[in-house]
Amino acid sequence: MSLIDNLLDYLRGPEKKTAVVAKERLQIILAHERAGRGAATPDYLPALQEELLEVIAKYIHIDREKIKVQLEKHGEYDVLELNVTLPEHQRIL
Amino acid sequence: MAKVIVVTSGKGGVGKTTTSASFASGLALRGNKTVVIDFDVGLRNLDLIMGCERRVVFDIINVINGDAALSRALIKDKHCDNLYVLPASQTRDKDALSLEGVGRIIDELKETFDYIVCDSPAGIEHGAFSAMYFADEALVVTNPEVSSVRDSDRILGILAAKSKRAVDGQDPVKEHLLVTRYNPGRVAAGEMLSVEDIQEILRIPLLGVIPESESVLQASNSGTPAIHLDKSDVAEAYKDVVARFMGDGVPMRFITAEKMGLFKRLFGGR
Repeated sequence: MSLIDNLLDYLRGPEKKTAVVAKERLQIILAHERAGRGAATPDYLPALQEELLEVIAKYIHIDREKIKVQLEKHGEYDVLELNVTLPEHQRIL
Repeated sequence: MAKVIVVTSGKGGVGKTTTSASFASGLALRGNKTVVIDFDVGLRNLDLIMGCERRVVFDIINVINGDAALSRALIKDKHCDNLYVLPASQTRDKDALSLEGVGRIIDELKETFDYIVCDSPAGIEHGAFSAMYFADEALVVTNPEVSSVRDSDRILGILAAKSKRAVDGQDPVKEHLLVTRYNPGRVAAGEMLSVEDIQEILRIPLLGVIPESESVLQASNSGTPAIHLDKSDVAEAYKDVVARFMGDGVPMRFITAEKMGLFKRLFGGR
């Protein structure tokens, strides 16, 4: 057992320094928090999500949870992302 | 033209009051007429750090309420000629700190002083908001630690959106990063965020680095702002910060781990 553990440790390489982990965690959480603040979140987003949902529901039986509307910043551009997870046996009405 | 500078951080215990006391003292030592205001209503402590706690008679709330003239509430600092302290109230009525009242006080102070330093309380509540609202510049005090960096980022967002300058559509508040409690040895060992890391994350210009030091506790014990402690690295670091703030090109110090020479190892440093 311990031989395998040692081998796995060897394959994983040296452990990351905690300062590096701290920086990565901060970069991720702050990117998220900055996006959700100030003028970055247009207030039409919830209404847009609701209307898109209605349109999709006209054609596909779908769980409301399976539709996500997100606004992301990629450098200069704002990207509106619509994510619909279709059910496995989709039934067209 | 008088400048209003807020010392802020979001997180508590990072060194706002220590910084306010030393920064204001440093400005005064360079001949500027300076006043430092404690905005931590209910938990006043700047008076203790400045060593004037027994001379507090009137406070900022008394002045706002018209119980005392501003000139009677100002306490002259015992270390510097050009420095005055306006203490916070110990009464718990935080709402008495009205924006309109604070604005009146700051306008009146602007007639006499070159620099008005506002020592913000921790958090993002009313006291912190009143401290930053009128600011022209901000010292964002940050420890090399995840929660402090995150809170600083939050405060930067509030400064950019809700300060008077932002609301009135003027030039934005000028932001300065001040990293405190820095331990270059731990940074070198990969155990602590580096100044470069923090700057890369917060994206504001670095004003200075204050090393972690035992002398800060000794300064507060005796009610002497750390900048007055002769030959301590903290005092030197704060003097550099003030010099840079006033436009002198002073290189960064105390950011690399000191190699202990034989002499120092034998006889001890500082």
